[in-house]
Amino acid sequence: MSSQKKRDQLILHTALTAGRIMIENGSEIERVEDTMTRIAHNAGAQTSQLFVMITGILMAINGEVGAQIEPVKRRTFDLEKIAVVNDLSRQYADHKIDLRQFADRLDHLDSVSRYFPFWLQLVAAAMVSGPLEVVFRHNLPDFWITCLVGMLGWWVYYVLNKYIQIRFLSEFTAAAAIGVMAVVFVHMGLGNSVDDIIIGSVMPLVPGVPITNSVRDILAGNLVSGPARGVEALVSAAAIGFGIAMVLQFL
Amino acid sequence: MSVLEFIIEVAGTYVATIAFGILINIPRRALNVGGWIGVLGYVLYRFTVLWGGGYVIGNLLGAVAIGVASLQAAKLKKMPMILFNIPAIVPLVPGGQAYQMIKNFALGNNSTALVFLLQVVMISGAIAFGFLLSELVNRIQRRFWRHRKRL
Repeated sequence: MSSQKKRDQLILHTALTAGRIMIENGSEIERVEDTMTRIAHNAGAQTSQLFVMITGILMAINGEVGAQIEPVKRRTFDLEKIAVVNDLSRQYADHKIDLRQFADRLDHLDSVSRYFPFWLQLVAAAMVSGPLEVVFRHNLPDFWITCLVGMLGWWVYYVLNKYIQIRFLSEFTAAAAIGVMAVVFVHMGLGNSVDDIIIGSVMPLVPGVPITNSVRDILAGNLVSGPARGVEALVSAAAIGFGIAMVLQFL
Repeated sequence: MSVLEFIIEVAGTYVATIAFGILINIPRRALNVGGWIGVLGYVLYRFTVLWGGGYVIGNLLGAVAIGVASLQAAKLKKMPMILFNIPAIVPLVPGGQAYQMIKNFALGNNSTALVFLLQVVMISGAIAFGFLLSELVNRIQRRFWRHRKRL
């Protein structure tokens, strides 16, 4: 009986950790529910009851008294972790790893983060800004300066995000910095159009993950988490907009 | 639109989609496919606008294509679908209109700003509805395959 209880404890721990990692890094709710149910099912639990929200998860298995709660406190965008959890869950379903190994690897995954190196992120930010400026505005002469402004804007966003850890404030400051830089560079004669440079340079800051997830969550019937993410996307967009508007006011 | 312009747009969309994927840390083996899905959605949007379909229908069709293609890629690569459709919608985001809206509000041209606000709302709604339609296609396809398997 006690070994059965230990086993149930481990199932709950594994499923809850997997769910928390996925929500923290920007997964949609339906996928979290699906993965957790699969883990419990594959581990031999007869029934599982789940309540997944964007700020916390509640789970019970086998209809026992002790349901467990896992709060979700951080929220970042690291889609690689979602892919890894998905992969581990598939390996577990194919009996390539056992439950203990699964739990260990999840705990390990939780503690390390494997982002692309910072210089590559800067290059990527430049490569989002410049090409999209050309695609949207057909303004080829401003390509290089947009790359530069977008890169510096991402640098401001990244550094601030590291130290103050409020994403909306970093977005606001980065947008304001982009606006100032665009105005200054055009004034110095390095670019032609302030509008085009700003449009391209703010593209790396676009909240793509919350927008997409919000739509998908609402469609799947998660009427609490979907709109919550929509608000997140809206506040981000408003922060960027205010940053730009502030600069334009003082022109 | 000349051929050269078209090539520049396609290349720009491809590079920008992949670069956005790097910023949100998408696994390396999903980047290339994601880039091509972004190009597919954008090209469909661009041709619809070029042939007089209007930007709302264009964004709708682009979003549907992105949704359906992402599910195929997800099945093929055995990876979550959001790895492919999040970077792919970035070229469809109404960045230009949103900027014009903010600028005109800031400068006090409220009536012009409202026109752009309406465009932003329409385009965002079209993209959301496009995802809804692609989900419909995906569910029908899933149902169809399950049916075939049982037979």
